[in-house]
Amino acid sequence: MIPRIVRALISLLAAGALLLAAGPAAAASKLKVMATTEDLAALAREVGGDRVEVEAIARGYQDPHYVEAKPSYILKLNKADLLVLVGLQLEIGWLPPLITQSRNPRIQVGAPGYLEASRHCEILEIPTGEITRAMGDVHPLGNPHYWLDPANGRRVADALRQKLTELRPADAAYFQQRFDDFSRRLAEAEKRWDAKMAPYRGRKVVTYHRSWPNFTRRFGLDVVGFVEPKPGIPPSPSHTLELINYMRQERIKLILVEPYFDLKTPKAVARETGAEVVVLLPSVGGEKEVTDYLQLFDYDLELLVAAFQRVGR
Amino acid sequence: MRWGTVLVCLLLLAPAGLTAQATSDDVAARLKALEERLRALEAELAALKAAQGTPPTPAAAVAGTPIATVAAPAGAPGGPAGQLPVYGGTTALSKILNPDIGVIGNFTGAVGRNRVNPLPSLSLQESEVSLQAIVDPYARADFFLAFGEEGVEVEEGYVTFPALPGGLLVKAGKFRAAFGRQNEWHNHSLPWIDRPLVAFNLLGGDIGEPDTGIKDAGVSVSRLIPAPGELFLEATAQVYRGDSGTLFESSQRSDVAAVGHLRAYKDLTEDTNLEIGGSFARGHNDFGSDFVTQAYGFDATLRWKPLRRARYRSFIARTELTWSRRREPLDVQSAFGYFTSLDYQLGRRWFLGGRYDWSERAEDAFLHDSSGSFVLTYWPSEFSGVRGQLRRTRYAENSTANELLFQLLFTLGAHGAHPF
Repeated sequence: MIPRIVRALISLLAAGALLLAAGPAAAASKLKVMATTEDLAALAREVGGDRVEVEAIARGYQDPHYVEAKPSYILKLNKADLLVLVGLQLEIGWLPPLITQSRNPRIQVGAPGYLEASRHCEILEIPTGEITRAMGDVHPLGNPHYWLDPANGRRVADALRQKLTELRPADAAYFQQRFDDFSRRLAEAEKRWDAKMAPYRGRKVVTYHRSWPNFTRRFGLDVVGFVEPKPGIPPSPSHTLELINYMRQERIKLILVEPYFDLKTPKAVARETGAEVVVLLPSVGGEKEVTDYLQLFDYDLELLVAAFQRVGR
Repeated sequence: MRWGTVLVCLLLLAPAGLTAQATSDDVAARLKALEERLRALEAELAALKAAQGTPPTPAAAVAGTPIATVAAPAGAPGGPAGQLPVYGGTTALSKILNPDIGVIGNFTGAVGRNRVNPLPSLSLQESEVSLQAIVDPYARADFFLAFGEEGVEVEEGYVTFPALPGGLLVKAGKFRAAFGRQNEWHNHSLPWIDRPLVAFNLLGGDIGEPDTGIKDAGVSVSRLIPAPGELFLEATAQVYRGDSGTLFESSQRSDVAAVGHLRAYKDLTEDTNLEIGGSFARGHNDFGSDFVTQAYGFDATLRWKPLRRARYRSFIARTELTWSRRREPLDVQSAFGYFTSLDYQLGRRWFLGGRYDWSERAEDAFLHDSSGSFVLTYWPSEFSGVRGQLRRTRYAENSTANELLFQLLFTLGAHGAHPF
């Protein structure tokens, strides 16, 4: 005869063991996705829905070229099932040591949990001929700001669908349905955005850095100059003067600047030329209200249209 | 062939899909999705062909091949010179399987008088050649060859296994030891021109050898330790042959040296973080196998870098304390030393810093040296830097040295990112 208290203890232990056994299973029910940027994280959320846990390394208001390889990111990467990165050397200054130190075989380069999104996208500005640092901090594999074309956003989402399906085949239909839904909403939004930007197609603008080739091509803007004399090189007085003269001559009225650049030079140029500085967001999360991929374009295009209306022709 | 069949099937299925849709919006969305998928498949086909050594066909699209061109605006300020956007992967293909190769020149000079440990008036102190690549799915390798004016040294050369079971990170080869923080840095990545006095006095410094510190051939094993509250905790254990500068000397095969390091890191806020570490090193000294030198270290680093202004502002406060206990035939030398430094980023290109050093000498703990420095650094770009350091050193020999050190750093090629 087993005393009641012993039976109770056995039951308790059995329940505890069951809970412990169920714990990892419950935790394993969601794929852990680490994205290097908020944009890729937003796309992963669109496709992965409630079957994934997504976190980003670089914040949306942070320059993705200049991210510190903090050990706290190692902890996050250590547990990831999937790492999604922009590629094209955008993260070359900080991601490689994080991957090595993550001690996570799932996300090492070439492993099933490693997804370089650029491989699925249309890439602009791939330099040809001789490439030297005299050209500034060029990206020899092409411009990495490709997510700013919705078509590339759709391609990344589809690549994520494929990768998530590969990692979790049982949820293939779910990921497909999520992707189809996202693609449909994106197509609807594109119609809206095209209509909004139609009156301003062909307008000339100046940008601070080469962050916008995909965006400006998609929405019909013509980038005719840069505040930086060369990529990654801070503005010099002579270049700024040259830019002012050029903008006056061409009557360019908009300067597009990313939120992490100093506004001093763009504002000085704007004062001299009668132009307006617009701080456009290159990434989701650049402002609190921009929480997903579609809102990023809604926000930027709203700002652009309002600015075009203010400056007139 | 397989891809071709898939493409044909997709094209055949597209009209069927169209008829099945109820609304024109849905049809448009589905068509667009199919187009995108077709383009992605074409891109994959092109990538496969490229991998097989076949140039992609003009019809292949997306990453790697031309779809459209973006003309460079003539005469536009800041605009690109020469040819621009043509899609192609020639630059990537040209370096397939080659390691990333970089060269860093470290040109230094000194003016002023120093009778104890003078630096040369002008010197190409070091030309560091780095070769870094992934070895295979299980390992990566990093080589740093230091070409001095009088010879070549493998500063570091090691293989790292990042995908081992049990969360272990294993390194084997020659490398700088995980003792404190500054010991692991290469000369060119220091925020100063020289290494602190404590590194010279207690970690094996040698007159005429600028690359002071514990470095040797060995094996390193490190592991993350689970900790609450998103605290990063890492333990590292290293075993070396036992030859490192004037600190350790191996007289026989069993005279190995050991280094241990415990590192704790915490994000205090999004912009601020704190790192604290404890270190231990033990090895045999130049008196022979029966004589051991032990070193203990404590390091702390407080960093501030606002994420929105990361290019323009940052602040770092560092300190490292070291205790040395060196057994000699007649007695034990117990010495202590430390440095404290502050670095503030004034703007995108300018950094201002200061450092105070105080250290007894490992071989004669009754003697101590001290030093104070101001450092100003200008980075014209990420790939070159100019630094000046005003240093006043008071040596135990009752000699004071007032010096202006200067440094020119320049980088060629691809130098891999340094760990945090």
